[in-house]
Amino acid sequence: MLRFVLRRLALMVPVLVGLSILLFAWVRALPGDPARALLGQRATPEGIARVNEVYGFNEPVLQQYLIYVKALLTGDFGRSIKTGQPVLESFVEKFPATLELGLTALILAVIFGVPMGYYAARHQGRFLDTAIVSGSLLGVVTPVFFLAILLKLVFANWLGWLPTSLRQDPRIDATHVTNFYVLDGILTQEWDAAWDAMVHLVLPAVALATIPLAIIVRITRASVADVINEDYVRTAESKGLSSRVVSRRHVLRNALLPVVTTIGLQAGLLFSGAVLTETVFSFNGIGQFLFAAIGGRDYPVLQGFILFIALIYALINLLVDVLYGVIDPRVRVS
Amino acid sequence: MTIPLPPSRGPMTGADLEGPESGAFEESERGLSLWRGAWHRLRRNPTAIIGALIVLAFVIIALAAPLLTQYEPGSAQWSGQVTPTSVPGPSAEHLLGLDRFGSDLYTQLIFGARQSLIYGVVSTAIGLTVGSLLGILAGGLGGWVDTAIMRVVDIMLSIPSLLLAVSIAAVLGQNAYSVMIAIGAAQVPIFARLLRGSMLSQNKSDYVLAANSLGIRRSRIITGHVVPNSIGPTIVQATLNLATAIIEVAALSFLGLGESDPAVAEWGRMLVAAQDRFDAAPQLAILPGAAIAITALGFTLFGEALREALDPRTRR
Repeated sequence: MLRFVLRRLALMVPVLVGLSILLFAWVRALPGDPARALLGQRATPEGIARVNEVYGFNEPVLQQYLIYVKALLTGDFGRSIKTGQPVLESFVEKFPATLELGLTALILAVIFGVPMGYYAARHQGRFLDTAIVSGSLLGVVTPVFFLAILLKLVFANWLGWLPTSLRQDPRIDATHVTNFYVLDGILTQEWDAAWDAMVHLVLPAVALATIPLAIIVRITRASVADVINEDYVRTAESKGLSSRVVSRRHVLRNALLPVVTTIGLQAGLLFSGAVLTETVFSFNGIGQFLFAAIGGRDYPVLQGFILFIALIYALINLLVDVLYGVIDPRVRVS
Repeated sequence: MTIPLPPSRGPMTGADLEGPESGAFEESERGLSLWRGAWHRLRRNPTAIIGALIVLAFVIIALAAPLLTQYEPGSAQWSGQVTPTSVPGPSAEHLLGLDRFGSDLYTQLIFGARQSLIYGVVSTAIGLTVGSLLGILAGGLGGWVDTAIMRVVDIMLSIPSLLLAVSIAAVLGQNAYSVMIAIGAAQVPIFARLLRGSMLSQNKSDYVLAANSLGIRRSRIITGHVVPNSIGPTIVQATLNLATAIIEVAALSFLGLGESDPAVAEWGRMLVAAQDRFDAAPQLAILPGAAIAITALGFTLFGEALREALDPRTRR
């Protein structure tokens, strides 16, 4: 198992090196010269000279790349054009919000998606199956930002049940330890703060969860529908095992393999979706920060954040592969 | 011209269970090409018909947009009637009322279809062409070419596709072409993987083995056997990608990349503009959003029905 994990880790290296080359080239491909792109509109001749000095833009390209990689390895991911804040620092500050949102959405998608897909597969052709299948299709084709706007319109603006934006009511004087607001509220036993943060999570998480939910439902349904026709399920049934045991040990365990992979693949969708959802709900995470960076052409932030997101994305996929190895021993060998 | 076909989901016979080798099954399918068979299955599939009708309606609206309205898109000529608290609703002159900038909403919507069609088709065509070429090169040549291409594909896949599109659009500047190229580029890895996988699996097939042993040149095997047999899945993927492309174009507009003119008829941009008139005029957000979803639904339904129809294993 350890060897399997190490091998997968080693496979990540070329991708990350390639990505760093790509992002390095990206800044140089931006309109205008790179120093100007990194400084933005406030670029002064002295500023440009200083950036050229620091990043070595006057050196040969290979040297420039080495300077860039060296900076990355020492944790220097550049500074925001707008605020001058180091990119790494703002990422660390904003990431918990997005992780909180993304995890909530993923949990929602899994706890509703898997049972719905399973039910639909077990009752194919019935009314509820048709409803679930059509619903999931609608979920796939509805743009996240549109759904977010709709939810906000109905549940926040019209019905007033839930807050329209932000992560927490600014009037609440909450202590923040980890920047996961719900967790903070629980840790500090400020229950009203925890509850308020949870209420603020509902709409963005539901909006973000729809597409993964729809995909998980579809994959689970297809996978369970395949497995229940397998010989080993018929054998298990005919040797008199209770339907609970058959469902759990024979059907679900086998049917969940593709589902686990799919859940891992949702990570990318969640990041893309978070940019859009956080923007609609002014949810102060990396998504909203990226949106601001796109609008302000804050290239160092974009460059750094894309690298971080790719890194996290790669780690999640590694985790999925490992999980897959746990569920299906055959994977470890091949 | 009719060709007798077994009912799409008729009673199971022994022959069906024994698979395509059995005589009864083969006789009814003889002379029926994959495409003709798919066409017959599609015509009997209500999902395919609904999808095709939506796609057809979308294409007709997009092409005939100027004929379907008496107004110019983005004219903003009634801007005097729009106030911060109210946007005129449906009236005799304006079927769906005005938009936030004082243009006719119905006109904006149908010209938005035109915009989406162009963006969707061009970007998917870019992704399809470049991706397929890379996939064919990787699968066909193998060796270091394969390794190099697939590493690049891996790197592209390591960035979530919307962010990939965002970074490309940022490099190319704010205009229509940059959006098309960005979204097309984000699709390249999908097609490259598809074609390569399809070629690798066919390399092991009997007909390629046969062609090889007859001494046919590698390039002819690829163009004559392998590529034609990969066209089906590629078309399916392209149809499904059209749906994603249309959604992503809107998403890029939503993020402020793409067409910079706020009055231009583009569904994603209309959604953004609608946000500050939420309470006064929710239709400004709901209609373009629904238009995106319905169009994407059409392409998705049709693409999935096509996949089912082209897959000889699905008996539905």
